[in-house]
Amino acid sequence: MHPFAYEAPTTIDAAVALLDKHGDRARPIAGGTDVLVQARANRWDLDAIVDVKNIPELTEISHYPDGSVAIGAAVPCYQIYEDQKIRDNFPGIIDAVEMIGGIQIQSRAALGGNLCNSSPSADGICPLIAYNAVCHIAGPGGDDNHRDVAVEDFCTGPGSNVLARGEILVSVVLPNPGDNFGAAYERFIPRNEMDIAVAGAGVSVKLNAAGDKFEAARVALAAVAPVPLVVPAAEAALVGNSVSDDVIEAAAKAAGDAASPIADMRGTIDQRKHLSAVLTRRMINQAVARARG
Amino acid sequence: MTTQITPGPSRVHVRTTINGQAHEFLVPPYMSLLDTLREIVGLTGTKEGCLDGNCGACTVSLDGRIVDSCLVLGAEINGKSVETVEGMATANGLHPLQQAFLEEAALQCGICTPGFLVAAKGLLDNEPAPDEHRIRHWLAGNLCRCTGYDKIVRAVQKASAEMA
Repeated sequence: MHPFAYEAPTTIDAAVALLDKHGDRARPIAGGTDVLVQARANRWDLDAIVDVKNIPELTEISHYPDGSVAIGAAVPCYQIYEDQKIRDNFPGIIDAVEMIGGIQIQSRAALGGNLCNSSPSADGICPLIAYNAVCHIAGPGGDDNHRDVAVEDFCTGPGSNVLARGEILVSVVLPNPGDNFGAAYERFIPRNEMDIAVAGAGVSVKLNAAGDKFEAARVALAAVAPVPLVVPAAEAALVGNSVSDDVIEAAAKAAGDAASPIADMRGTIDQRKHLSAVLTRRMINQAVARARG
Repeated sequence: MTTQITPGPSRVHVRTTINGQAHEFLVPPYMSLLDTLREIVGLTGTKEGCLDGNCGACTVSLDGRIVDSCLVLGAEINGKSVETVEGMATANGLHPLQQAFLEEAALQCGICTPGFLVAAKGLLDNEPAPDEHRIRHWLAGNLCRCTGYDKIVRAVQKASAEMA
């Protein structure tokens, strides 16, 4: 491992300046549960680690009057699942942060870090897509260089994303999902805990007031493509249709068809495509149940 | 002839509390909390297992939350409080968890034991009477290749009952 310096800035501007100065020879660190492992594996030669846990904007959960919430990029999993408002209003996020790693990892690992690590198998990204979450990004040049990117557009490949030199994820903002909305995330792993998804599905639905018709839907799959995979065909199979087994099965089939996984030590292509359909069906049903309250 | 010395990153000054005692030291910025405890502070009870966050052998408590010390930098504990397995026993004897691990034979090779003890203490400190499912879930981040876990779970249940 290349010996790196430890920087602990207390402002976004200071963090951005450090990241801009070092370029790809520095990495921000929140929980460190991915970055330190990868640094030890010599994925990069780092001159500096920039600890972002002393920056208020990155370490806070902010609930706004309009019902939206901003989750700071360095907020660890446990703070999210111990936040009663997030439990009440965004249970699909709770599904993910309660299953990432074990208790030790959840003490440190951040949902924003899960996003920035940009693994196709990340458990945290598909539910963020299901909630139509937006990344708030700061960059060099002060306030003029802040930009927002939808979570579904954030990842560009395995381990890569849209963050440019000097840019840092400040928070993810989840809009108020409104009434008759439900979301859920589940993954398949061969163990009970502490494993990486063979496949995962994050789904959200918005039903009509009677709760018997799909008005909107999001379907995103984990670990079956180079990036968390949004499946427009599955969403289209739901929207405008009645809540029925046949409609849900059509959406599940569309998800299985859209999945384009690799075969590796965790699973085969056929298994992952099958799992994509099964998990999508289950998560649509779970999201419907939550939408109906 | 002069020796060429490549300058490395500066050491980081850390003031911290470990097992209730104030400590102050300089640490290389890239050194893990695990190595900091073992090599700088001299507390070797915390064990290295996988070094990537899978096994929990290096579990310590950081400001009251259990963490894998291999995935924390020593530089990060400035101003924070750390508890290790060395902080569990008192002058009056072993912690009830340590005593229960002995009585239930909840260890064989012993490498995972300090991590299990600190993790289990982290549970019982906040939830004095967890059920078996909760204990198994809480300890999912600690691996043992010897005991098969049943004895460990029984030991935690026994300590929980004795601490009630």
